[in-house]
Amino acid sequence: MTDTPLVQITAVNKWYGPLHVLQDINLEITKGEVVVVIGPSGSGKSTLCRVINRLEPITSGSIRFDGRELPAEGKALARLRSEVGMVFQSFNLFAHKTILENVTLGPVKVLKDSPSKAKEAGMALLSRVGIANQADKYPAQLSGGQQQRAAIARALAMRPKAMLFDEPTSALDPEMVSEVLDVMTSLAREGMTMVVVTHEMGFARQAANRVVFMADGQVVEEAGPEEFFARPKSARAQDFLSKILH
Amino acid sequence: MDVLIKYSDQFVSGFWVTFQLCLLSAIGALVVGTAVAVLRISPVPPLRAVGTAYVTVFRNMPLTIVMFFCAFALPTIGVNGNFLKIPLLDQLFRRLGTDLPFFRLAVIALTLYTAAFVCEALRAGINAVPAGQAEAARSLGLTFTQNLRHVVLPQAWKAAIVPLGSVIIAMIKNSALAGFFGVVGDLSSVADRLTGAGGEPIIPVFIGISIGYLIMTIPLGLLLDRIEKRRAVAR
Ligand SMILES: Nc1ncnc2c1ncn2[C@@H]1O[C@H](COP(=O)(O)OP(=O)(O)OP(=O)(O)O)[C@@H](O)[C@H]1O
Ligand SMILES: [Mg+2]
Repeated sequence: MTDTPLVQITAVNKWYGPLHVLQDINLEITKGEVVVVIGPSGSGKSTLCRVINRLEPITSGSIRFDGRELPAEGKALARLRSEVGMVFQSFNLFAHKTILENVTLGPVKVLKDSPSKAKEAGMALLSRVGIANQADKYPAQLSGGQQQRAAIARALAMRPKAMLFDEPTSALDPEMVSEVLDVMTSLAREGMTMVVVTHEMGFARQAANRVVFMADGQVVEEAGPEEFFARPKSARAQDFLSKILH
Repeated sequence: MDVLIKYSDQFVSGFWVTFQLCLLSAIGALVVGTAVAVLRISPVPPLRAVGTAYVTVFRNMPLTIVMFFCAFALPTIGVNGNFLKIPLLDQLFRRLGTDLPFFRLAVIALTLYTAAFVCEALRAGINAVPAGQAEAARSLGLTFTQNLRHVVLPQAWKAAIVPLGSVIIAMIKNSALAGFFGVVGDLSSVADRLTGAGGEPIIPVFIGISIGYLIMTIPLGLLLDRIEKRRAVAR
């Protein structure tokens, strides 16, 4: 329905010293699209997520979000980051704040919502991810799955235009994976634009519009999930899938 | 031991002067030290360099030299610490408002010196806050200052409170130097005067002076032990 993509990554290179971690990446993500990024460890998946909201600067190339070039460090960048939600492998909840305070901090300080409005919206989000009854607890008192759902609520509280997930279930005990994936699947259904780094093939099959396979800092292959899992074209992808699919 | 009773008023007033010196310097060191710590972790490289230079200088210089410089060199370039003559505050702490600059200069010296150690204790506290939390705050759109104020510093303070306490105890002990750099009537200068010009026996006088310092340092140490124990239970 839109002509310009929400995220437009053009010829992006990123070096860590001598290490070329993103090599000439080109990727476009349209509004409402769910892109799953997979690939072996060290292939640059996290780095790709982190450059999209400029937690890391890029060495060359261009990243446009919602039609605008990512601004340099400063107020404008902070505003842009507030439009891109991010969920981390290790949850990263603020340990000294309650779950509800975690969720309302951004809206009150960045969006300048009134505390009462932020609380109301925050409680609604916590209900949506199924942990409203944990609102007054501290992160350490919650299970991993509950913490990750709280982290998703915290990101959603900023009313973002897109969400980035960097291996959101990798740190979870197996029995807690599905409660987090369920929340993500329902977000995808509601039309949220999402970039998800994950090895959860079930989620990719169910919710992704496109799978991006990365290896050694390059996008090696892109395809719809059915196509990708059934008939991976590149040898690297075939090799990778054979290792994780049994 | 009669000396203790005979000169009790001098011991008490000496204690009061030292106490004022320590309280003001502690507040100053906490404020300056926090500012320097913020400089040291700032994203702007020149600011970081300023913070690092500050700590390098004041952590590696003997306090005696810092005191000497503040008491005798600063006045020659017209610095008498007059900015410390703060209305109302100088009613509570009379020494701040006097014509003689030495009390103010001693506060400045102790503040500058101790701030370097406060900075390092705080920085250790900041490093104890998982980097992921600061990153999450950045990803929400919090600015550097908001991130510090709402996420990093509240947790860093907690982690730093025990080391900070040790820094303050060291500062109280260091304050004894002030009596030899122009400050009149603090505990150490009382000792100097009673045993020197006063000709009183040395040992009883020193017992009296020691009590004065221990009254400040021991309760602070006990308080820190308690905080540490409660922390251990909570964990
Ligand atoms: N801050 C950094 N400084 C230097 N090198 C880094 C840094 N962050 C990542 N790297 C390197 O960049 C490469 C890509 O890392 P990245 O974290 O993006 O990989 P990944 O695909 O997310 O891997 P994983 O599956 O293990 O999370 C790796 O070789 C990593 O060691
Ligand atoms: Mg990663």
